[in-house]
Amino acid sequence: MDFVQIFNLTAGELIGVFTAAYALCALGLAMHFGYTGLLNFGQAGFAALGAYGYAFAALKLGWNMWGSFGFGMLCAAVFALVLGIPTLRLRADYLAIVTIAAAQALYFFFGTEKYAAFTGGSNGLSEFGGDFYGYNPFPVGRYDLGIITLSEKEIWIRVVSWGLVAVVAVLLLILTRSPWGRTLKGIREDEDAVRSLGKNVFVYKMQSLVLGGVIGSLGGMVFVLSSQTNQASTWVSNFTFMTWTVLLLGGAATILGPIVGSAVFFMFLMFTQAFLEGLVNIGALPFLSIAQVGQIRYLLVGLFLMLLVIFRPQGFFGNKKELQFNG
Amino acid sequence: MFLPKRKISRALAFLFATLALAATAISVSTPASAAGVDTAKNHSSAVVLSGASSDPSTWEYSIGGALKLNGKPVKGVTVVATNGNFSAKSVSDVDGKWLIAVPDAAIYKVSIDKATLPAGMAIANPLMEADTTSFSFAPVLFKFAGQTIQTVSFGDQLVGRLFSGLNFGLLLAIASIGISLIFGTTGLSNFAHGEMVTLGALMMWLLHASMGWPVILAGIVAVLVTGAFGWVQDAALWRPLRKRRMGLNQMMIVSIGFSIVVRYVYLLLFDGDTKDIAGGGNVIKFGPVSTTDLTLWGMLISVVALGGVALFLTRTRIGKATRAVSDNAALASATGIDVEQIIRIVWVTAAALTGLAGVLYGLELQANWLTGFDILLLLFASVTLGGLGTALGATVGALIIGMVVEVSSLFIPNELRYAAALVILIVILIWRPQGVLGKKQRLG
Repeated sequence: MDFVQIFNLTAGELIGVFTAAYALCALGLAMHFGYTGLLNFGQAGFAALGAYGYAFAALKLGWNMWGSFGFGMLCAAVFALVLGIPTLRLRADYLAIVTIAAAQALYFFFGTEKYAAFTGGSNGLSEFGGDFYGYNPFPVGRYDLGIITLSEKEIWIRVVSWGLVAVVAVLLLILTRSPWGRTLKGIREDEDAVRSLGKNVFVYKMQSLVLGGVIGSLGGMVFVLSSQTNQASTWVSNFTFMTWTVLLLGGAATILGPIVGSAVFFMFLMFTQAFLEGLVNIGALPFLSIAQVGQIRYLLVGLFLMLLVIFRPQGFFGNKKELQFNG
Repeated sequence: MFLPKRKISRALAFLFATLALAATAISVSTPASAAGVDTAKNHSSAVVLSGASSDPSTWEYSIGGALKLNGKPVKGVTVVATNGNFSAKSVSDVDGKWLIAVPDAAIYKVSIDKATLPAGMAIANPLMEADTTSFSFAPVLFKFAGQTIQTVSFGDQLVGRLFSGLNFGLLLAIASIGISLIFGTTGLSNFAHGEMVTLGALMMWLLHASMGWPVILAGIVAVLVTGAFGWVQDAALWRPLRKRRMGLNQMMIVSIGFSIVVRYVYLLLFDGDTKDIAGGGNVIKFGPVSTTDLTLWGMLISVVALGGVALFLTRTRIGKATRAVSDNAALASATGIDVEQIIRIVWVTAAALTGLAGVLYGLELQANWLTGFDILLLLFASVTLGGLGTALGATVGALIIGMVVEVSSLFIPNELRYAAALVILIVILIWRPQGVLGKKQRLG
């Protein structure tokens, strides 16, 4: 077994694009769940709208990068409004069921051949990042970062995605420490108390839902910009569940939590994949095939999620007192 | 009241040990998964049209699939695979299966010859690609887009769809009553409920289709196994978490994790292929409705099961106690009802009912490791539509959802029919958030 290669692969995930994309989606979810107490199980839908919004604007409308980014975010914001209006006045689990149902409906819609003119059907959309990579300041070449070697495009998407993570993290840090953020935490702890202070709880929840959803759409956009391919099958409910695992791993009501959670999660996935494949290749696990190794990883994700919620619901960085799941 | 963590760990270890034991037991008795592909090769009827030089029987790559409409095989349809100037075709046999041998590891374009389709049928995705570069066998799944309007009048189609909707709704009803009973007594929104549907269907495949047990015996054993799974789940996972007074949202997320674990255990044990259990049954026609004897038996069993649950809840002591616990567990406990015992009975009953839904679903349609997860949201939609936590509401909700799913495919692409049900759910929640039969005070 090549331990150096396993280590390099694992360390490479630390700055991976998917790590940044999931960190963004989980930051949006931290806004929803960690700071406001909203149970959003449709983050895949927000990310999908970001991804399809960007790809559609760039390919079909011919917009530039800025317009496409804006269009993706707009789609997610509208989705949040449509979902929020009927459900934010109801009990928390209604929002959970409605968001997961709506995200799944979007997934079916994006995958159908009927609207292939807009969505590309089951093939999805591809090659929509021309303008984005046109802004790339790095000259063509291979860049050796010590443990991994990247092309100029791979460097550029990493710079942008981690830059977005940093901007969003600082924004959330400022917002959650503002009076507005304190009101949200109040809603999470006791809605009626906040209402009795004359605050319009519904409006605050709606603002949180829109903001977190737009952050999730950014995650979706960087996710598909890395390979310039966007397929409906990415946006299944497992995407949402993995985002939840990332969030709970780091700590729901924290800013650093989702970022570190995402890095640890993807390093764990890559390490188990590489390590188990290594074991299979040297014949140490005769009852497993290489294809089954990928399946075992997801089994471990589910187990991880269960154990985390049972034994350490506050994650790495959370404060246990702050995060008593209500209900 | 709080259990030490050690005890929970032990309980969890026990649960996974049971799963693992079941796993080994099942994997010993599962025949080699490649068997399906081998039998398919026997009725290969590939005909080389042009461009290939060597003998097709020596080619090691193949593309294949089965043409099925609502679980019934469609025979006599020509499928063509092309790549560059190579072209070969195959005609689906009585099981709907087709197989094309191809010479190279490449990406082939696979299409249906629409002229060979039976009257009134259309394919949703007539142009597909098959990739033989990573595996020597590339499966291609064509989906039928429902029947077109030329051959059958709209009214007749509607009647046919309503009948299918009734059947699907009854299936959803027995599974969603399980969700509803568990939600009512424990407050848990169980995202791992679909996995019990899958268990019923996969047990049916294992016992009936694979080991050749008679269908009734296999069905009864499958339902018992699912009931036992419910008992084990409750004893090893949910009861300890309740004892810990874990929050309901937290338990919901645990159920999501549990669902992922169980699903991938199924995938490891049973592989990812779709399994045909009963081969469709004999077609029976009355008026505009075309159905099978299997479906009629399934509907009869569903109705009997639903009636049984209704009698159980309204007439028996335990049933009344169940409703009392749903209404107010603390008050029920104060009147001498053993709440934990009721919850245990509810878990076993709910799991067995859900397993029955899986058995019927598997017999009438097909089964794979995602069967239950695919309909989980429809189950939630049924329960929410009817009003969370009421058994009658879940039945009404399930019938509505079943009808919406089937009738909607008259107007929209077939693959969007589940989406239609989910959109209806959202629309109804705007108009009547407590559900069709729910009480207003259940809203927070």
